[in-house]
Amino acid sequence: MSSARRGGATFPQAAHVELRNTQLRRNLGHATRTIRAKRAAVVDELDNWQQLREAGAAIKRDVMANLDTYLVEFERAATDAGATVHWAPDADAANDLVAGIVAGHGEHEVVKVKSLTTDEIGLNDALAARGVDALETDFAELILQLDGDWSSHILVPAIHRNRSEIRDLLRRTIGPADLSDDPAALAEAARIHLRERFLRARIGISGANFAIAETGTLVVLESEGNGRMCTTLPEVLISVVGIEKLLPRFEHLAVFMQLLPRSSTGERMNPYTSLWTGVTPGDGPGEMHVVLLDNGRSDVLRDPDGREALHCIRCSACLNVCPVYERTGGHAYGSIYPGPIGAILTPQLEGIGAAASLPYASSLCGACYEVCPVKIDIPRVLVHLRGLTPKRGAERRAMRTLAWLFADAGRYRRAQRLARVLPARVAGAGPMRAWTAGRDLPAVAPQSFREWWHERRP
Amino acid sequence: MSDARDVLLGRVRAALTDRPQPAAAVLLPTPPAPADPVALFAERAGEYRAAVHRVGLTGVAALAAEICAAHGARRLAVPQDLPQAWRPHGVETTADATVSALDRVDGVLTGCAAAIAETGTIVLDGGPGQGIRALTLVPDLHICVVPAELVCASVSEAFQRVEPSVRRRRAPLTLISGPSATSDIELSRVEGVHGPRRLEIVIAGQLS
Repeated sequence: MSSARRGGATFPQAAHVELRNTQLRRNLGHATRTIRAKRAAVVDELDNWQQLREAGAAIKRDVMANLDTYLVEFERAATDAGATVHWAPDADAANDLVAGIVAGHGEHEVVKVKSLTTDEIGLNDALAARGVDALETDFAELILQLDGDWSSHILVPAIHRNRSEIRDLLRRTIGPADLSDDPAALAEAARIHLRERFLRARIGISGANFAIAETGTLVVLESEGNGRMCTTLPEVLISVVGIEKLLPRFEHLAVFMQLLPRSSTGERMNPYTSLWTGVTPGDGPGEMHVVLLDNGRSDVLRDPDGREALHCIRCSACLNVCPVYERTGGHAYGSIYPGPIGAILTPQLEGIGAAASLPYASSLCGACYEVCPVKIDIPRVLVHLRGLTPKRGAERRAMRTLAWLFADAGRYRRAQRLARVLPARVAGAGPMRAWTAGRDLPAVAPQSFREWWHERRP
Repeated sequence: MSDARDVLLGRVRAALTDRPQPAAAVLLPTPPAPADPVALFAERAGEYRAAVHRVGLTGVAALAAEICAAHGARRLAVPQDLPQAWRPHGVETTADATVSALDRVDGVLTGCAAAIAETGTIVLDGGPGQGIRALTLVPDLHICVVPAELVCASVSEAFQRVEPSVRRRRAPLTLISGPSATSDIELSRVEGVHGPRRLEIVIAGQLS
């Protein structure tokens, strides 16, 4: 996949298909209810949660305001520590860089840590086209890879699959024919399948949750240990890192290590977090590459009203609370970044024309903003992006007329009187149907407040 | 390559022509201060289904031997500089094991650099008594000795404690909170995927 968009369907078209899948809705409803409760419990136990969110937001604002400085600082620190830093303006450049490093070592197999960024650029397909087999080692990613399916959730990519569906898949592919649907047995099948591949792999590929500018350190959070396997056992490690992943100082990481696990898996801390700073002689890979990726991020940065989408730390809390996501699932968004954050990130990364229906994939209820650990005001950005989507002629003319009416008190009064006598269906007729079909037109009051006040004024 | 660098940095600078003003100073929240961090660490590490033991300063070796016996572990990998006082009697220990040899031992015994009470986390920085990262990753049983004085109350305190090793020797850090796990199947947590499936934590210090 060379771009994050899959298929040409708009969100409403894709959602209509997904909504008919009752199994999907059961799986999703169960999963999002579970994780919402877990998150709420561990967030409630921190008295300083709001301060942590403020600090997280402030640090990210600083990162974006000085991104060029921090990128250069990171490059210097990582280089001093023995890593090689590469710059990739777009997906093709990043894929070429990674493929080139793999080819330079004459390898045809790499092991991968779950990474949204490499999904975004379609790295696996790019490597496959050059005869390199990229093995996903995160359990959920492995499930999707074995089935030719794709992710529907940032954190739990196979959230749309239940245990019996997974058992059937593993029986067909890597597991014994009598595999049970006990989650422990399913995980054991993955452990056995991947063990030997980890021990023989010469090249590992990862993303990074954070990159620390002042020390050149990369950070990966995970649960299973596959991330530790991929980042410590191979001889060569290549990390593809979006430029927005930077943190200025080492001490800032402590803030995000409190925000991210509680927001994403609903745990006080995820089982494993790995930090590495270049090459450590005698411990881990002897060759380290970091690919700094733009791929549309600088376009997002250009818009002062939209750039806070880059603050996202990919926790997925906004997906789990979203009434729209809970019903449609991730595939309807047609992007590797689904849910509320995807609805503001995808149209900005790819251009509003490529995903014009996504800013409308929301009821603007604001639940996503409430849970966002870095306080991204998603509803505000959604409204901002709605303003940028291409409008039909009739809608544009109607809005212009309304603006003209509302701009003058006399005109507004006369329009109110006219609306009272006009039947409601007139407003919803003709070309305006697209706009009014999904919205109820409120009844116009028989008397405006101003008229009422006027009558009572002595 | 330098072209790509110029292109990317040029785009970022062009995007920031308005030079937004960041917050003057980021206020880092004050961490909580639990009354008894060691007790809290024991409780929270236990909630990840790690087994947690408390022992006096002189009892580590004997307890480690008991844990090995309970798991049927006869061969342990250890870091070369593991304190003599921690080495269990009657258990074969090997230092400097290769990765494939680590795949064949019954377990590993190490120390740590810090622990976090608030989250039940162990922090390794490759310092004394810890060895390389593969050591605590490949074997299926990890017995980790946590000297009580290394238990920090909060996440930020633990990061402050290990920051010097990152700055001075670029130490790789590993944070461990319970045994390896996955929640990928219907979000139910299953212990044990690729990392050690069993984690035994031995808190060593004055017993009150």
